[in-house]
Amino acid sequence: MSDIQPIVMPKWGLAMAEGTLVGWSVGEGSDIQKGDEIAEIETTKITNVFESPVSGVLRRQITKGGEIVPVGALLAVLAPSTVSDAEIDAFIGAFVVESADDNGSKVVEREAHLGGRNIFYKFSGSAEDGIPAVLIHGFGGDADNWLFNIESLSASRPVYALDLPGHGKSTKTVVKGDLDELADAVIAVLDDAGVAKAHLVGHSLGGAVAFKVLDKAPTRVASVAGVAPAGLGEGVNDAYIRGFISAEKRKDVKSALQMLVADPEQVSATMIEGIQRYKRLEGVKEAIETIAAKTMPQGRQAVSFRSLVEKTDKPVLVVWGEKDAIIDPRHSEGVASTVSVVRLPSVGHMPHLEAAKTFNAQVAKHFENAEAKSR
Amino acid sequence: MPKKTYRQVINEAIASEMRRDSRVVAIGTDIAGGKGSPGEEDAWGGVLGVTKGLYGEFGPERVLDTPITESAFIGASVGAAATGLRPVAELMFVDFMGVCFDQIFNQAAKFRYMFGGKAVTPIVIRTMYGGGFRAASQHSQCLYPLFTHIPGLKVVIPSSPYEAKGLLIEAIRDNDPVIFFEHKVLYDIEEDVPDEAYTIPFGEANITREGRDVTVVAFGRMVSFANTAADELKREGISVTVIDPRTTSPLDTETILESVSATGRLVVVDEAHPRCSMAADIARLVAEEGFKDLRAPIRTVTPPHTPVPFSPTLEDIYIPSVARIKDVVRSIAAKVSA
Repeated sequence: MSDIQPIVMPKWGLAMAEGTLVGWSVGEGSDIQKGDEIAEIETTKITNVFESPVSGVLRRQITKGGEIVPVGALLAVLAPSTVSDAEIDAFIGAFVVESADDNGSKVVEREAHLGGRNIFYKFSGSAEDGIPAVLIHGFGGDADNWLFNIESLSASRPVYALDLPGHGKSTKTVVKGDLDELADAVIAVLDDAGVAKAHLVGHSLGGAVAFKVLDKAPTRVASVAGVAPAGLGEGVNDAYIRGFISAEKRKDVKSALQMLVADPEQVSATMIEGIQRYKRLEGVKEAIETIAAKTMPQGRQAVSFRSLVEKTDKPVLVVWGEKDAIIDPRHSEGVASTVSVVRLPSVGHMPHLEAAKTFNAQVAKHFENAEAKSR
Repeated sequence: MPKKTYRQVINEAIASEMRRDSRVVAIGTDIAGGKGSPGEEDAWGGVLGVTKGLYGEFGPERVLDTPITESAFIGASVGAAATGLRPVAELMFVDFMGVCFDQIFNQAAKFRYMFGGKAVTPIVIRTMYGGGFRAASQHSQCLYPLFTHIPGLKVVIPSSPYEAKGLLIEAIRDNDPVIFFEHKVLYDIEEDVPDEAYTIPFGEANITREGRDVTVVAFGRMVSFANTAADELKREGISVTVIDPRTTSPLDTETILESVSATGRLVVVDEAHPRCSMAADIARLVAEEGFKDLRAPIRTVTPPHTPVPFSPTLEDIYIPSVARIKDVVRSIAAKVSA
């Protein structure tokens, strides 16, 4: 019986209670490796491919395409061919769905402090060893942007994801709103979490924040991964920035968000509502206007980190979507040969969401290389 | 994010606006409770405890506890609004509007229009509505259609705690008379609500479920019923959009018509009496402006045209249920394939 392995509905994010199995991409009898795409799953937030958490022969698909089942429900069982059908039936009959209460999650929420303001961050991971990773979202985003990355990356190291000042659950007031202040928020999280040195992963504006931390506090940085990062070129899509700041109605928010991804269908009503809720909060509009004016005035990036990236001895990875409509992927061209560049076809400004599997693999490899180099 | 009840966020919204703007005052029958009698001050904090604590923080000058005199205190509030205050009046049960309707529909609603825009009347009238509380015919009605009928009034029906906080702050900051409908059965409903102040604009509907087959428009407490029906119907293969208009005046007709143009089918779920109701109004809108998109008859789910019964058994049958919503949606979803 112990050779039988269950595959259950995953929990993508705290709010997920159930998911729709859109369809299987492998049939019964297939030999599956851990990490293979085996199905597509839809939640109220997003649709994504589901990678098998285990290896083995897919003996039985319990959940059919189109079915909605709760988190933790049995989707399929894997077992070697030596296991009889009767044993599999018995396993399925005896399977009990573990209740997926929020407290059972490994994610812990904490707050750091910066000049009397709260900087919210999440911590995930049972792994004690490994240099921690800190994930820094982009303009208008929050820690939940790393929904598909936190669990995967925390398999081999602790992972922290923060809400920058003016964003998410952090205090909505910013003082100067420049990269210096945003970098200080990251350092405040490192201090609060007792992390001496971390791999920084920064998306878009968060990429420039990561470079700024490298600039200010190089001893705290093990490596930097920039995801469609600001800081390597001149321009940024000003129509998006202005559209995001001014949008109030659902339609306007939707058309702004659709610029972020290669496939506009990925923008769900829940994502739009999430951004509307964020933008309605008192202080948010002023905060993001200030940050935009300081970091990317009139569609120009305020600071270039190209020479820093040239000089640093820390490993730098840059991941970019070829279809990025916000920051031109050509900004990754002409950087030092020491910088690893990965460009993903058919992906927009959100590689960590749009191509989570490839992204996670690339970033994990980058972390390992960085650690091997420092040994 | 902290979980808060509908009751708690309404209190939080009033208190934060009273701190922010000294012109905001609260007034109404028993909103502190026990006034003029020996014993504890603020013993009640409103008949269902919604305004509890305001009296202690803001005192008798800004929290005016009145006798049972709707015609007097609603009239006084309208006058106060016209002369510079921003009253948040509580009309305990909307069923009591009969004695103060002139003050609302002939005075408050008309000032801005009749004085050529030179007068504003920034009053909010909070009021309880709806059945399911075993409170009989005179304390259970959903009279929002009557107010929606009157030009010059804004009418707000929050469907959840998150909605209630943002819509009430918007109402208090609005310069027109706003009638704010609180469903008494929702008071103990909890959800995540930010501590920060925020406003939800009037006249923009919320899409609470996205689907392809049928559009369901629902109001107030009926939104959660429609959501449950949509979730259950999805398991049967029927994909339902649920629209919560949030405000009946102004009404976001664009979102409703756009959705019907995609689904071709409309069901309106309204807890109010069926005649001259929001159900009738939205059916009229779609029949007139969206007829070419319809692939099935428009259907409504409402109580019958009778007073709300006191018998719990009858009251449960009277109020639209999830099962009835599902039946009606199924009946028109099936029409297409037939």
